[in-house]
Amino acid sequence: MSELVRRDPRKEWIARNRLHSQHLEVLAEIGGNAVATEWMGPNGLTRRNPHAVGFTGPNGIRRIDRSGASHAAHTNARSTQSQDSRRSVTIDTPSFMVAVVPDMAGGRLSGHDRDLLGLARQLADADPDNPGAVLAILYGEHKETTFDEAGIDRLLHLEGEQFDGYTPENRIAALQGVDREIAPRYWLLPDSTQGGGELGRRLSVRLGERAASQVWQVEADSDSDTGWRCTTRGAAGTTDIVRALPRVVIALAECADPITETRHAAEPIELSQDLPNVLGRIEDIGEVAVDPASVSLAEAEFILSAGNGVKDWDNYHHAADILGATKGASRVAVDDGHMPRDRQVGATGTWVSAKVYVAVGISGAIQHLQGIQTCEKVVAINLDEGCDMVKRADLAVIGDANAILAALVERVEQFRAEQEGSRDAA
Amino acid sequence: MPLDAQSSNAAGLNVAVLVSIGRHPLTARTRRADQDARAVEMALSLKGASVNLMHAGQHDSDHEEAIRGYLGMGIEEVRLLEQMPEADVVPVLTDALRASSPQLVLTGTRAETGEGSGILPYLLAEALGWPVINGLAAVEKVEKGVATVLQALPRGKRRRLRVRLPAIATVDTSAPSARQSAFGPARRGEFDVQPHASEADAALTQWQIQPARKRPKRLKVIKSSSARDRFKAAAAKSDGGGGQLLNDVTPEQGAEAIFKLLREEGVLR
Repeated sequence: MSELVRRDPRKEWIARNRLHSQHLEVLAEIGGNAVATEWMGPNGLTRRNPHAVGFTGPNGIRRIDRSGASHAAHTNARSTQSQDSRRSVTIDTPSFMVAVVPDMAGGRLSGHDRDLLGLARQLADADPDNPGAVLAILYGEHKETTFDEAGIDRLLHLEGEQFDGYTPENRIAALQGVDREIAPRYWLLPDSTQGGGELGRRLSVRLGERAASQVWQVEADSDSDTGWRCTTRGAAGTTDIVRALPRVVIALAECADPITETRHAAEPIELSQDLPNVLGRIEDIGEVAVDPASVSLAEAEFILSAGNGVKDWDNYHHAADILGATKGASRVAVDDGHMPRDRQVGATGTWVSAKVYVAVGISGAIQHLQGIQTCEKVVAINLDEGCDMVKRADLAVIGDANAILAALVERVEQFRAEQEGSRDAA
Repeated sequence: MPLDAQSSNAAGLNVAVLVSIGRHPLTARTRRADQDARAVEMALSLKGASVNLMHAGQHDSDHEEAIRGYLGMGIEEVRLLEQMPEADVVPVLTDALRASSPQLVLTGTRAETGEGSGILPYLLAEALGWPVINGLAAVEKVEKGVATVLQALPRGKRRRLRVRLPAIATVDTSAPSARQSAFGPARRGEFDVQPHASEADAALTQWQIQPARKRPKRLKVIKSSSARDRFKAAAAKSDGGGGQLLNDVTPEQGAEAIFKLLREEGVLR
């Protein structure tokens, strides 16, 4: 379908002339075949159809937006849909390269990775006459599809079994090969516990550069040798060190803004030489199953938290064991002596950052909600539909906590049994 | 932590622990560094291993007080490689480790004073040609020159690694916390002070070091063409009400919905 919107001046004229015999039909046609909401009645009175205005809100309630914005959005749906305001940028002959090794935690670019790519773009685009290109180096499989939007010009995807699991020696050997062949002007790595911080330190030592770690700000500075100066955190975060930007930069999250306005080529490249296979002295045997009860609340991934609504505590503990969740509690449950103090979640207890937080019978005091601010998904099981926890939750189930927990345990046990069965069959 | 608390049999293992001067985050007084103390704790939990403490730095009363914090954990002697203030300690530590040839070197991830970049273990490993691993949570066993260790990952996970010794391992806050330092042993502990020629850290003099500034909070920039959208985004409350609400469902249906979410997020094992 053509993207061009063709105007029909005659129809527009009819639409303006409400005495025209075809006025209503034309209005309906221009308005995307919507039902006419307002027309002149036979006696000269304006008639309105209240059923045809507005839109259905997220809670199933009809909302009427009197500013006219939603109506305008409706009529312009076609044009807004097709427009993508990102400017597309292609750098064919870069005068230098800025290499970024993102963490790719979970196979996707994290927020930290995107910040780092933003910093890389800042370094690469500083001189518009001699633009640099941002090279991203990835290991193994990934699920990311938006490399172009993140600001990557060249993509080097290193695959092979030598990069499976924890293989810092092979990864560093590969980066050294990249350094020899492409010689990037800067190496940027995230200072994270996901592997980036460690890799960056190893790389800086291997390349013989004195890296700047924990960088949180990079500014142009004509006095320094490299044209840039950086501010890094030192002495356990109590001092700032201002120094010239070195070749290897290990930067903190939010060191720069991520790219939003441009779209880049993300052109795949290959190395001309084969990567050396290093005799590793570190062997990865694999991840170990950890008892969820031993994981500290602050770093737990999956928390089943209990509050005043829990009446049958044996059932709750059993559910936590079956689900493999770390146990948490609200302040009331702790004060009543049902749970130990170190399991308390909230402003006065532990601030948690779980991936999934299941709140059983917790109405959600503000202190508790503060403590779960950084949780990704919150599930609430509660009797009270109007409580704050239900408002915060991504999934809220209204009902008796005890019965729902029992049903959930049954469902999970059934799932485990199915898994066992399929494993035996295989 | 039952998984980490197992003390392994490591008879005859020679462990060196590199300790540094810590700094209390609130009072700014010198103390034993937290992560280094955890490294000492881990070395002490290895049954039958001989533990040697090593510190490269100045020898004055303030620093001695902090080092005595490690001695109070039940260690008789610490080797103090005396250095000028702001010296580069990598050469002297490399020489000392090469001479004493321990099988395992433990240290904290990063220092609490100075640059605190956390690169020193990697520099030592590169100079000595030894492997280095970070985030050591426990040493499970040592046999035939190969150590089986647990590495701490984010979110409380653990990874089992096999490392050829001699090796350097760094310890961070996921390792078991350090025992208290007792006053008597701390007084009785001895210092083996060895003056060494120190190399000045040339790059350090060119840096500008100042108290940490508060990092600016990132503003939520709304890129929108219409003023109404920008106003709405600025005036909007925190996004509530986006969730799914299941009312009037049987417990089984509710459980099914929760189960589906848990499966999608991949937290069920």
